[in-house]
Amino acid sequence: MDVEILARIQFAFTIAFHYIYPPLSIGLGVNMVIMEGLYLKTGKPIYEQMARFFTRIFALIFGIGVATGIVMEFEFGTNWATYSKYVGDVFGSALAAEGIFAFALESGFLGVLLFGWNRVSPKVHFFSTVMVTLGSMFSAIWIVVANSWQQTPAGYHVVGTGLNARAEITDFWEMVFNPSSVERMLHVWLGAFLSGAFLVISISAYYLLKKRHVEFAKKSFTIGLVVALIASYAQLFSGHEAATVVSEYQPAKLAAMEGHFDSSAKADMYLFGYIDKKNEQTHGLAIPGGLSFLTHFDFKAPVTGLKSFKPEDRPQALNIVFQSYHIMITCGMLMIALTTVGVILLRRKKLFEKRWLMMVFAWSVFLPQIANQVGWYTAETGRQPWVVYGLLRTSDALSQAVKANQVLFSLLLFMFVYLFLFTLFVFLLNRKIQHGPGFHHDNDESEGHSPHLEEMAENFG
Amino acid sequence: MYTFLGIDYASWWFLVIGATFTGYAILDGFDLGAGAIHLFLNKEESRRLALNAIGPVWDGNEVWLVIGGGALFAGFPKVYAAAFSAFYIPFMLFLTALIFRAISIEFRSKEPWTWWRNWWDVSYCVSSIVVTLTLGLTLGNILKGLPIDEQGNYQGTTLDFLNPFSLMVSITTLSLFMMHGAIYLVMKTENRLYAKLTIIVKNTTIFFVLCILLLSFYTLLYIPHLSHRIKLNPWLFFVPVAMVLVMANITRSISKRKYRFAFISSAIIISLLLIIVAVELYPNLMLSSLDPRYNLTVQNAASSPKSLGIMLTVAAIGVPLVAIYTTFVFWTFKGKVKLDEMSY
Ligand code: HDD
Ligand code: HEM
Ligand code: HEM
Repeated sequence: MDVEILARIQFAFTIAFHYIYPPLSIGLGVNMVIMEGLYLKTGKPIYEQMARFFTRIFALIFGIGVATGIVMEFEFGTNWATYSKYVGDVFGSALAAEGIFAFALESGFLGVLLFGWNRVSPKVHFFSTVMVTLGSMFSAIWIVVANSWQQTPAGYHVVGTGLNARAEITDFWEMVFNPSSVERMLHVWLGAFLSGAFLVISISAYYLLKKRHVEFAKKSFTIGLVVALIASYAQLFSGHEAATVVSEYQPAKLAAMEGHFDSSAKADMYLFGYIDKKNEQTHGLAIPGGLSFLTHFDFKAPVTGLKSFKPEDRPQALNIVFQSYHIMITCGMLMIALTTVGVILLRRKKLFEKRWLMMVFAWSVFLPQIANQVGWYTAETGRQPWVVYGLLRTSDALSQAVKANQVLFSLLLFMFVYLFLFTLFVFLLNRKIQHGPGFHHDNDESEGHSPHLEEMAENFG
Repeated sequence: MYTFLGIDYASWWFLVIGATFTGYAILDGFDLGAGAIHLFLNKEESRRLALNAIGPVWDGNEVWLVIGGGALFAGFPKVYAAAFSAFYIPFMLFLTALIFRAISIEFRSKEPWTWWRNWWDVSYCVSSIVVTLTLGLTLGNILKGLPIDEQGNYQGTTLDFLNPFSLMVSITTLSLFMMHGAIYLVMKTENRLYAKLTIIVKNTTIFFVLCILLLSFYTLLYIPHLSHRIKLNPWLFFVPVAMVLVMANITRSISKRKYRFAFISSAIIISLLLIIVAVELYPNLMLSSLDPRYNLTVQNAASSPKSLGIMLTVAAIGVPLVAIYTTFVFWTFKGKVKLDEMSY
């Protein structure tokens, strides 16, 4: 395999792995803010217990998010040196702002969030929780701005030619508010809220099934459910906005998303199907003219198709774009259905008795995860063959100095390390869930004689 | 020319990056150092105390690396691209070690089993050492110069980064961080652990002094371009002289048990060392061993003045904010470590 393919696989693999954790951190953060806010407002210990329990889970997730994120930051330089030189002037300022404004905020206050329970007042602790959550949401802003600039460049001009060409910034705010950043930012945030909310729902549903911590689980389930209900409906609108932007600025991507070839014809919207790349046809079950309606509010309007693009300017992996896109939408619809049913039953006070439904909710944690992953596959694979849309081709973006065997070595290394990490993550998450929201005992065995612990035992009676 | 107070934007950014990496070395330096000496502590409680001494702050410290990397990418994309693709293999090792370090700290105390905790202790210590060594190795190679061509592309082989000078820089960095970390731990602990750590502080200080002397002689003899500027501007001699004085102060404060002074002194040592590095490098950022004309300099590798101007504004707003809440966090956790139910 050549360097390009390997470098792409490596980038995709490491970022996809990283992206398991950020949405959970952001979304769980939002839920924790609500729980701790309720505690401050009502003073009920159950909410404090809830905030503490989910903070322990948060710590686990956040730790892996940080560890895998640092890899990403350096990977631009190691594998995509030409790309880095090309975009550094524009993209770099977003990354630098991310470091200073966002990462420093989240990591700084993380210490207080995790270890400060007995050191600061409940209000200051709540403030730290809010800061960590805001920090992680800010960090999403800058990285999504950078990625959106790559999709729809704005506020720059190109200087130099050939290997020395690079984009230079002309207008910072135009770069930040490039045509797709606002729509995509909202979409990514909502996706993250869903991830966090469904994690809370899933853990609570599990407790209800096992008849453990029942009071606790009912309360936390309700919080998660409300967040998820709002976010899943909002996601539908935000997804539509995102698609509108794509249709305007990246017509080849849109055509690949629905497998639309013929520019003079109306475009259908598939519920499912597959693209026959050789014969340039798409088969499946479709709403005729659906895509035309979504983009032009007219079932008969023609939509630019793939045939309007030279073969070398089309995304190659058409079926990945198509299937990813449809899986995302399916997951979105399922979440809407689930949360709607959930809320209706909750109001009728029948929700927690339905065991089969609790079973479904316990597994539902995967829906937003899958949607987040495949959403990015759609956006990124559909962007091909460009790394910076219309400006720089992926094949030109590589590091000249890096050899295939080096990339292969590091790819295997990361696969091995990440597999190990993931196993540990699942193992520890499970242990934390099994342990439940009770008092944290797992350090006591080995520390029986510690004077500090005795002191503590006194304090806690 | 875009200038501020008579200094051009690119040089300002050089200062910002220099300051960021200095901040990184001082802050993450102590938790990396604490990691490197972790296995010298052999009681379970000592190890837990040592971990919790850095617990609330190590992640915030590491962010300085992220900021430094981002600042390099933003201000000098050519250097970012050249350096990271040149050091491909050491960097991958560095990243792997960073991952292991983060999870060792997080996971160690999550289970009570001895084998589990021992394994993570070893992993924490080894990864801290590897991170420090690879950082030192990178610094050494940057100082010595790399075979980079006109485009900033690396022309050497995968193993070129292992050379005597860089290895010496690497070991010296390790000794420095070990000393720094030990002093930090002493400052944060009491009773038996404290007593044990004072011995470690003494030994690591001796180790560091030996390393730095050896490195200095080697540099003077074999890497003349690194003492060039000092020889030309005798007033710069104040830097090494200051270092000797501060070093003397460390030993003095330690024997007087004034560990906070010792800690500040070792932070000053780190800053002075990096000031020497910056003085000798400027205006170069990466030296080409093939042809000095290929050197990447503050001028030829910089982003556009427009971009630098934006980033300097970002830094001017952001850095004071970061300073405020970093202070808040350190203040919250001031004093000796105590274990409680949220501890590692
Ligand atoms: C939508 C959000 C999002 C996306 C698309 C990315 N990240 Fe990320 N990243 C975060 C959201 C995030 C976060 C929520 O801020 C993290 C994740 C886990 C965490 O808990 O903090 C984080 C951590 C994190 C860290 C560690 C920060 C620290 O030390 O605190 C770095 C260096 C990066 N990321 C870098 C990247 C790069 C270079 C990306 C793209 C190629 C990237 N992330 C994609
Ligand atoms: C927001 C920050 C992101 C940035 C700046 C970014 C940037 C990039 C770059 C530079 C590449 C390599 C060049 C290429 O193949 O086009 C790439 C590829 C890729 N990224 Fe992203 N990415 C981001 C987020 C994500 C996320 C979160 C995911 C998935 C969960 C993702 C999935 C992929 C995939 C699948 C590829 C490979 C596409 C292909 O080669 O066909 N990206 N991205
Ligand atoms: C329900 C209907 C949905 C529609 C119509 C929709 C539409 C879209 C579109 C068009 C894109 C590509 C944007 C681009 O390339 O610039 C996209 C990307 C994405 N989607 Fe969705 N989406 C939906 C649901 C969801 C859900 C439920 C989630 C997650 C929980 C999700 C997560 C993502 C993510 C993470 C991306 C990549 C980031 C981005 O490009 O904004 N989507 N979505």
